[in-house]
Amino acid sequence: MSKVFLDWPAFPTAAERATKDEQLRANVRRATHTIRAKRGALAAERPDWQDLRDSAAAVKDEVLRHLDTYLEQLETKVREAGGVVHWAQDAEEANRIVTGLVQETGETEIVKVKSMLTEEIGLDAALEQAGISARETDLAAAIVQLGDDLPSHVVVPALHRNRTEIRDIFRREMGRHGRPAPDDLGDDPEELAEAARLHMRDKFLRAKVAVSGANFMIAETGTLVIVESEGNGRMCLTLPETLISVVGIEKVLPTWRDLEIFLQLLARNATGERMAPYTSSWTGTTDGDGPRTFHLVLVDNGRTRALADPVGRQALRCIRCGACMNICPVYERTGGHAYGSVYPGPIGAILNPLLKGPDDTQTASLPYASTLCGACNEVCPVCIRFTDVLLKLRSDVAEGDAEVKHPAEKAALKAVAGVMRHNPLWNAAVKSAGRAGAVLPTDMNLPGPLHGWTDSRTIPEIPAQSFRTWWKRTEGGTR
Amino acid sequence: MSAREAILGRIRAAVADLPDDPVEVPRAYLRGAPGITPGDREATVELFVTRVTEYGATVRRVPEADLPTAVAAALDERAARTAVVPDGLDPAWTAAWKGQVRRDVPALSTAQLDATDAVVSACAAAVADSGTIVLDAGPGQGRRALSLVPDVHVCVVREEQIGSALPEVIGRLDPRRPITWISGPSATADIEMIRVQGVHGPRRLTVLVTH
Ligand code: SF4
Repeated sequence: MSKVFLDWPAFPTAAERATKDEQLRANVRRATHTIRAKRGALAAERPDWQDLRDSAAAVKDEVLRHLDTYLEQLETKVREAGGVVHWAQDAEEANRIVTGLVQETGETEIVKVKSMLTEEIGLDAALEQAGISARETDLAAAIVQLGDDLPSHVVVPALHRNRTEIRDIFRREMGRHGRPAPDDLGDDPEELAEAARLHMRDKFLRAKVAVSGANFMIAETGTLVIVESEGNGRMCLTLPETLISVVGIEKVLPTWRDLEIFLQLLARNATGERMAPYTSSWTGTTDGDGPRTFHLVLVDNGRTRALADPVGRQALRCIRCGACMNICPVYERTGGHAYGSVYPGPIGAILNPLLKGPDDTQTASLPYASTLCGACNEVCPVCIRFTDVLLKLRSDVAEGDAEVKHPAEKAALKAVAGVMRHNPLWNAAVKSAGRAGAVLPTDMNLPGPLHGWTDSRTIPEIPAQSFRTWWKRTEGGTR
Repeated sequence: MSAREAILGRIRAAVADLPDDPVEVPRAYLRGAPGITPGDREATVELFVTRVTEYGATVRRVPEADLPTAVAAALDERAARTAVVPDGLDPAWTAAWKGQVRRDVPALSTAQLDATDAVVSACAAAVADSGTIVLDAGPGQGRRALSLVPDVHVCVVREEQIGSALPEVIGRLDPRRPITWISGPSATADIEMIRVQGVHGPRRLTVLVTH
């Protein structure tokens, strides 16, 4: 059964569990540090980096302001190009539409391109209930699926797994879903990638239906864009007869030309490459090239709720590059699962309460899953001001339903303090930030001990003291 | 009320607090690659060669007259015995090669493509700054599956097709065509964020830059 984040413990409980898992912490630390370094070098290479970010933020703000017009324009253009457009208000409606479309084709095994939205709505589980097996083809998504696991990162959903764990999952599970992994499979990343290539190959060649998301949709032309590395995306977009793309309504861009901004930012910020190996774009259907049938399912699922929040709506600018989680000192220590959502890290801490409303203990705890150090503000390619949104959402929680508020607030503050343990300055700051939330400052000039951090914008390092045993045993988190 | 009307209605209500004017978009970013004088063709070509090489592709600069031998050498060094050529590819490019050339007319099945070792193609444009080749299914490029299923891709880029950076190139492309931007051979960083070359797309990419 495909897993979904259901009845997940609130951040404090989940984080406490996660920080005790030394293997997990070592894996997350190693991966986030690798990518931080690459990203830093490639962002620094562009003297116009800030200009690109400013442009990206402005384009997204324009899209959000006139989202109705852009979606109508997109719909018209997709139809003119031979596509069929569907609208879904929530997860259930989206799943029903996609299931129906797959059933019409009569297929019971389909291929998927990694898509966080389809994880968000639990599409794989919904298809499974209808007797349809949806096989993930992105390497990391396949590791998660084969391991009956949950995603922990938006770019690399299996970031919490190391090579040895991946080898074990491949050896154990591949044979149950197609071509088995070789018995003597080692844990070298090249060998693992080769095993995935062979396992996936016939699935691509046989597949009649593919489901994808999209990174961008162009209103002016009805074009969809997918950025990927492995070529599994290209396989899914090109070889099947039917393509169903399920996309959040906020993914639209006004013009084709706007891609010159986003394609220069995305891979640099996400994987530390100048461009990802493959970027594909398509407009409706093309005779003799690719799928003959194309469906676009536009999904709201809380996005209009987020849009109505004057401070929080900027979270909808997100292009899912993952940089905010890679840089986050809390994420580094808890991993992604603690956030109880397919969107972890700083973006998860703001987006989930905005999409779902902060009135259950899980989402109400998320705005506290931050030290307010502001490192995420600095790396976000669309200039989301996380600190502002976190404080606004803390104030919403504090003003909101009392049953949720008191336990959530207290426990969450304690949890983050625990995560960043034995740092008195930190603890004081977090407490003060909790109070600050109630008065809602709208700029970054925070009171008390936070002040210095927001000025210097450095990521506070945790003292070795609290992690001494762990540190020693893992050789500084490298094992 | 339909889902469409409900969503559009909620959007309008959600942003009612904002002024209706379009948000002004600054576009102060560079049009060309940083570090290159605009219009310096040689520097642009050199940058393209460097950047494509950094992805792990093989890149060679070849005078037009030597293309047939360069294509043959590129295919031979990957031990290719069969290669598909898209419609509109200059037949001279594969004339010096001893292997079997397959045309995609009538369209090869996916299984036939999977049993083909290589593809030789032209391109629609290229980007120096990011080391990217762009295919748009035009003459000499063919449908998308051709440059995807075979394991070896030999791509010919004419120097004048190379733009300095993305903003210079994007306006030359027609988004109504299916477009593939290729930056090196297929790769993944999904295991511990370490880059591994060669997954589902062609694992070997040779780019021949000609003038
Ligand atoms: S919020 Fe910003 S940094 Fe985080 S994933 Fe989204 S775009 Fe990237």
